[in-house]
Amino acid sequence: MIASLNPALIVIVGALFVPLLKGRLRDVYIVALPILAALQLIGLDHGNYGQIELFDYQLVLLRVDRLSFIFGLIFLLATLLGMVFALHVKDTVQHVAGLIYAGAGTGAVFAGDMISLFVYWELTAITSVFLIWASRTERAYRAGLRYLVIQVGSGVLLLAGVIMYAQKTGSIAFDHLGLVDLPTAMIFIAIGIKCAFPLLHNWLQDAYPEATVTGTVILSAFTTKLAVYALARAYAGTEILIYIGAVMTAFPVFFAVIENDLRRVLAYSLNNQLGFMVVGVGVGSELALNGTVAHAFCHILYKALLFMSMGAVLFRCGTVKASELGGLYKSMPWTAGFCIVGAASISAFPLFSGFISKALILTGTAEAGYWGVWLVLVFASAGVLEHSGIKIPYFAFFAHDSGRRVKEAPMNMLIAMGITAFLCIAIGVVPGALYSLLPFAVDYQPYTVSHVVSQLQLLFFAMLAFAILVKKGLYPAEIDSTVLNTDWVYRKAMPWLIGKIAWGIGTARSQILDRVQRRLEHFVASVFKIHGPVGVMARTWPTGSTVLWVAVLLGLTLILYYI
Amino acid sequence: MIFQFAQLPVLEVVLPLIAAPLCVLLRRGNWAWLLAMAVCWASFIIAIILLTSVDEGQIISYALGGWAPPLGIEYRIDAVNGLVLLIISGIGALVLPYARTSVAEEIPEQHRSLFYTCFLLCFSGLLGVTITGDAFNLFVFLEISSLSTYIMVAMGAARDRRALSASYTYLIMGTVGATFFVIGVGLIYAVTGSLNMVDIAQRLETVGDLRTVRVAYGFLVVGIGLKLAMFPMHLWLPNAYTYAPSVVTAFLASTATKVAVYALLRFMFTVFGLSFSLTIETLTFLFLPLALIAMFAGSTVAIFQVNMKRMLAYSSVAQIGYMLLGVSFANVTGLTATLIHLFNHALMKGALFMALGCVMLRLGDVSIKSMRGLGKRMPWTMAAFVAGGLSLIGVPLTVGFISKWYLIEAALERGWWPVAILVVASSLLAVIYVWRVVEVAYFREPEGGPRRCEAPLSMLVPLWTLVAANLYFGIDAEFTASVAQLAASELLAGVMP
Repeated sequence: MIASLNPALIVIVGALFVPLLKGRLRDVYIVALPILAALQLIGLDHGNYGQIELFDYQLVLLRVDRLSFIFGLIFLLATLLGMVFALHVKDTVQHVAGLIYAGAGTGAVFAGDMISLFVYWELTAITSVFLIWASRTERAYRAGLRYLVIQVGSGVLLLAGVIMYAQKTGSIAFDHLGLVDLPTAMIFIAIGIKCAFPLLHNWLQDAYPEATVTGTVILSAFTTKLAVYALARAYAGTEILIYIGAVMTAFPVFFAVIENDLRRVLAYSLNNQLGFMVVGVGVGSELALNGTVAHAFCHILYKALLFMSMGAVLFRCGTVKASELGGLYKSMPWTAGFCIVGAASISAFPLFSGFISKALILTGTAEAGYWGVWLVLVFASAGVLEHSGIKIPYFAFFAHDSGRRVKEAPMNMLIAMGITAFLCIAIGVVPGALYSLLPFAVDYQPYTVSHVVSQLQLLFFAMLAFAILVKKGLYPAEIDSTVLNTDWVYRKAMPWLIGKIAWGIGTARSQILDRVQRRLEHFVASVFKIHGPVGVMARTWPTGSTVLWVAVLLGLTLILYYI
Repeated sequence: MIFQFAQLPVLEVVLPLIAAPLCVLLRRGNWAWLLAMAVCWASFIIAIILLTSVDEGQIISYALGGWAPPLGIEYRIDAVNGLVLLIISGIGALVLPYARTSVAEEIPEQHRSLFYTCFLLCFSGLLGVTITGDAFNLFVFLEISSLSTYIMVAMGAARDRRALSASYTYLIMGTVGATFFVIGVGLIYAVTGSLNMVDIAQRLETVGDLRTVRVAYGFLVVGIGLKLAMFPMHLWLPNAYTYAPSVVTAFLASTATKVAVYALLRFMFTVFGLSFSLTIETLTFLFLPLALIAMFAGSTVAIFQVNMKRMLAYSSVAQIGYMLLGVSFANVTGLTATLIHLFNHALMKGALFMALGCVMLRLGDVSIKSMRGLGKRMPWTMAAFVAGGLSLIGVPLTVGFISKWYLIEAALERGWWPVAILVVASSLLAVIYVWRVVEVAYFREPEGGPRRCEAPLSMLVPLWTLVAANLYFGIDAEFTASVAQLAASELLAGVMP
């Protein structure tokens, strides 16, 4: 391996040669690329490489330190798993776009200055949209276009912030910035868009569920976690992040519960999990930052696992609507099993990966004295159990039998899910390995009696509450009791409460949107009137009008003297 | 060797000027083409040699016919016009190999040798405007290039009769501009008694701030402003670009307006100088607002255009706005941005219009309707168009990004950050009109099946050379930035004895 070769470039440049290969050879090649890159990364010493001068600014193309190392590692791991999961796909566009996107995400993590960060930032935006368009439906095309506009907009905002920052300080190094003035605020919002901050989050639920079966798995790993990395790098300890994160953990819970499309449910829960990480960054203590990084690491794995299992269901059944699925555990037992591992991990059951990472953030928040936020996080944890831990596996694989009898997922999907599930459990059982990679030294023992007991209490009481609701609803029910009752919990009791809230928000929102749309249409119409093909601006004017303008300008120039 | 070296400045202009009538004598289109190409490449090589010999701030002064300036005509080359010479001759050298097929398709046989005659005249006129240090000589060359341009635009009539009225309008408007210019030169001559630009500049300092000089300044700025299609005086440009033959559009769009911008810079900074009472006022109160309006109005009109050549023509109006914006900052970074954009815009508009020329060759139409599914039918042409479009938007790793970067930096240096935001915002308009083409070409099914009809190699190679230049100078901006910076500081320093 060449010393100081950027691992991300191996993936990006390597991806360009994918179209030349066919069949088995291509399969081996796309799996080998992330492995090679990971070996290169492990072989690199910590430090800065590839420093070049551009416009009097110092570019650092490759910076390896503890923070970027672990993000780079998990990104390459996610690339590998995503590629194995996508091996059965015979679509060159998806392979190339997926690899370049993953490589760009990795490259962004290793960028030591904000210009190269910006370049990779835009590259992730431009390449990832092809994973959405690869669905090749009109809906996906529209969603992809909206996604692209927002992502590129985030990049433009980032660039504007960077230029102003460079103008002010003369430095473009990507280190701790802090939220102190206009330039850093612009960079903050640019990152916030990618991180799906509340009210900036719509692109995520809009676009991810429209991507292809394999595309969503890749998409879920990079864009938002890149933003978490950027926040951890530049805005650690910014207090407002704690409250932003707390809102992020709580509000998607409501939407996730009433959503019918299971991949969209996962997109909401992705948003909720990001909230935990944002809180960790906001607290900014060593413990909390470790928690953020560890949670990002575990989250990428179990979220990918959940998206993989739903992807497999979509692949075989052609739908992931909760109302059209059920009873699939008979025909897809392995997928069901892996899905449950992912669900247990995201719900933070002891011995699963989510437990050992979320604990760090919760403890960090509590130690910093944010008890109110801590309570919100605990509530959100219960919510996670509700919508991702129970709802996803329950509706897809159990519930009432939809009568679908399909084949088990393809072998490569099962292998990808199997490895991911194994990692989820291994990290949960042996947390020391992950802890040793974290940016700061870890002096934390997740498996203490009090901690395990309190977590189990939380989980069991959440389940108890669930069970009580089931019992109460059981009373007037008919034969198919469990299903009906659970249905009642999901479709009647919760929606009654949430429906009222959602309806209120929804009407207000649609009224505002209507008004905005009407204004916009009016604006475009008036622009068209002036600038359209027969408008004043675009008409073919007679010669005399130019002469008039010439005279006017001559007059103006001369009058200027007397101003 | 030394002897020929010393004669290079005049050879640059005289070679195409002499070759032009030879083309008429050759009669056969292909022979004329071959001669024109040889001459253009010779000029290109001379331009490279000239630029390399002034790239450390030297000045080449050549006395035409041995008559010493200021009485005789002087050719005076510094980094500023060295760069512009390179742009003109480089684009000429790339357009000609491309021209053969395109011209054979769009211009009837009996006109072809005349076409190359006009092309060479225009080429030599543009080079002459750039190289000369004599104000009246500049007017003569301006008219040589303009008159031959009117003829070339009119040759589009074989395809679309509207070319005739476009050419006629251009003729009238261009002549008004030239007249204004010559009135300005006349007034200056009346006051200073000199036509040599350096000499004028020195004499103006002793003459003082007369009303005649101010009027001369007004006539010159407005006259040149019309030639470079400054915003409200751009009305001749869209029709001329739309109806001219593809080759002519590609050549003119990347050279003619650039030369006019050069002439403007020369008069404003070298002849009158920043110390002249009107210069700063015109820059701030006339150029800045007009440039901003052009950036938005031009791009917005481009969004709604149906004919793609016309769309790019309006985009040119907007891009000229960027150049004037750089000038209006009146600092080294701003002028650097203008000069860099001069070079970069030639690369991107050249590539884009050449790509449209390929489309015109195969489909005979460049309306947005005809571009449906073209990404499959002409993959190389459309890929080049997209690359040029990205450059137009200012995506990193293309030249457009370098231009925008310097413009924004110049704006921030002046502390005008609302202007910097406007530059970014107007780039978003470019995203819209480029995206329209991408959407139609790649996401719509072609009419009448996906029949491949790629352009011939002789057109693709020059096109892709320009695209490669777009990317190369976007990544390694060392050359453009250093020459432009040197040129900008030379302009601001005024006349060096």
